[in-house]
Amino acid sequence: MAAAVSPALQKLTRPLEVIGSGVIDGLDDLGAVLMFFFRVMTRMFRPPFRMHVLFTQLEFVGVGSLFIVLLTGVFTGAVFTLQSVDAFARFSAQSLVGATVTLALARELAPVLTALMVAGRVGSAMATELGTMRVTEQIDAMEVMAVDPLGYLVAPRVFAGAFMVPLLTMLFIMVGVAGSYLVAVIFSGIDEGAYMARIERWLDPSDLFQGLSKALVFGTVVALIGCYKGFHAAGGARGVGQATTGAVVIGSIAIFVLNYFLTALWL
Amino acid sequence: MPTAIEVININKTFGKHHVLHGVTLTVEEGTTRVILGGSGSGKTVIMKHMIGLLKPDSGEVRVFGQNIVPLKQDALVEMRKSFGMVFQQAALFDSMSVFDNVAFPLVEGAQKVSKEDIKRRVEEKLSILGLGQAMQKFPSELSGGMRKRVGLARALVTEPKIVLYDEPTTGLDPITTDNVDQMILEAKQKFGVTSVVISHDIASALRVADRVAFLHEGTIVEDTSPAELRKSQHPFVKKFLSTWFDK
Ligand SMILES: Nc1ncnc2c1ncn2[C@@H]1O[C@H](COP(=O)(O)OP(=O)(O)OP(=O)(O)O)[C@@H](O)[C@H]1O
Ligand SMILES: [Mg+2]
Repeated sequence: MAAAVSPALQKLTRPLEVIGSGVIDGLDDLGAVLMFFFRVMTRMFRPPFRMHVLFTQLEFVGVGSLFIVLLTGVFTGAVFTLQSVDAFARFSAQSLVGATVTLALARELAPVLTALMVAGRVGSAMATELGTMRVTEQIDAMEVMAVDPLGYLVAPRVFAGAFMVPLLTMLFIMVGVAGSYLVAVIFSGIDEGAYMARIERWLDPSDLFQGLSKALVFGTVVALIGCYKGFHAAGGARGVGQATTGAVVIGSIAIFVLNYFLTALWL
Repeated sequence: MPTAIEVININKTFGKHHVLHGVTLTVEEGTTRVILGGSGSGKTVIMKHMIGLLKPDSGEVRVFGQNIVPLKQDALVEMRKSFGMVFQQAALFDSMSVFDNVAFPLVEGAQKVSKEDIKRRVEEKLSILGLGQAMQKFPSELSGGMRKRVGLARALVTEPKIVLYDEPTTGLDPITTDNVDQMILEAKQKFGVTSVVISHDIASALRVADRVAFLHEGTIVEDTSPAELRKSQHPFVKKFLSTWFDK
């Protein structure tokens, strides 16, 4: 068939084919991840519940990420305030700095940055660990022992991601606001009363819910992609490396893309 | 005698690589079936089909009469409760100690076993295999042969009805090899265990086997008793065995 098409026409159709097959592959992957998610969800809410495995993961995701989340939180709040103080001074609205920074932290910065940190630290680790287990046949061994690896390995990890990222996001907001307060009130001399009053006046619980609901989605997705990549790794050390890279890259992209849609949904 | 496992005319390709060409093989209940064959001939691939880790492109795999090819995860988990498998590369959980590796199928599997029973059974299996001193070690701290023995202990600790051994004695010294052979024989005699053994060690293979299948280039070229195999006229089988007869 292809021979019948003239070379000129082929020049036209070739890019379309490449784009088309790229889109189809992408949709295939998306479909596969969704199937995987569905299968994991069915494991999450039925016995056996392995509390010791779950707690290990909660600790790894939550406690393990505490330090970097606190650190990035303080500095994000601080630097954003530094810029805002400078910018708002141009139209004498410094008292709005607190409310602006808090709003931005709660809705956008905290969930997105927390999830990105977790994607780098936790998503990658999950992909590496499960990928190594896959290529060394440890997952096969588990199956052979009549233990469902989706239930034993994946479900607790995804749950830990979904549960811990919102908590970490909370912390991020708190230390972010603290960092902001420090820069605004202590370093830049903005009146404390006005700073706090504006936060109270302009901030709504729904802002917090927006951020936390995003965090829930991001946490689930980051852990899910890390596990999916690891679980389907093939081809030795190189395959594990690719799974790890894929988990971080796709996880991070997914955060940004989903963030757009979730924001649009909330506004 | 009823059949435990029937592999019926299976074909398997990986990409362009056609590995199994219509393999048919039965394993009678309570017997030991040995699979011999050159490296890369497809022995491990056949074994993985028997326990549903791989699905054939065509053909059937029956376990106690049930075709397991179309089974979904839950049904496979159910079926695997009567199996134990020793992996060629041991496949130990590298984040767990030797003790926890061997205890794993008892702790996480379907059987409800008390803590004391688990400890007793794990320690018993490990000491039979000469690993009493290594219980708290991690797989990365073990020699190849020790890892293999931990894999054996883990496969046998649940006392399964069918055990698949992928080269259980490769890399073991002659005394331990003999030990493992004895374990296979004893399991059959005492508990009627069905075993499938892949082996490169012809002497040990012929000692434990009730029936031998010889795999060559993805097809079974001999399927006989150990005594008959020695008289095989197949050129590759003759060559394969002659290296051992020479000794
Ligand atoms: N997952 C896989 N993907 C691609 N090819 C595979 C896979 N598993 C096995 N093969 C191929 O199938 C063939 C048979 O492999 P198999 O592991 O069954 O050999 P074997 O008989 O067990 O050899 P050995 O005695 O060396 O263990 C090999 O050529 C191998 O390359
Ligand atoms: Mg093999």
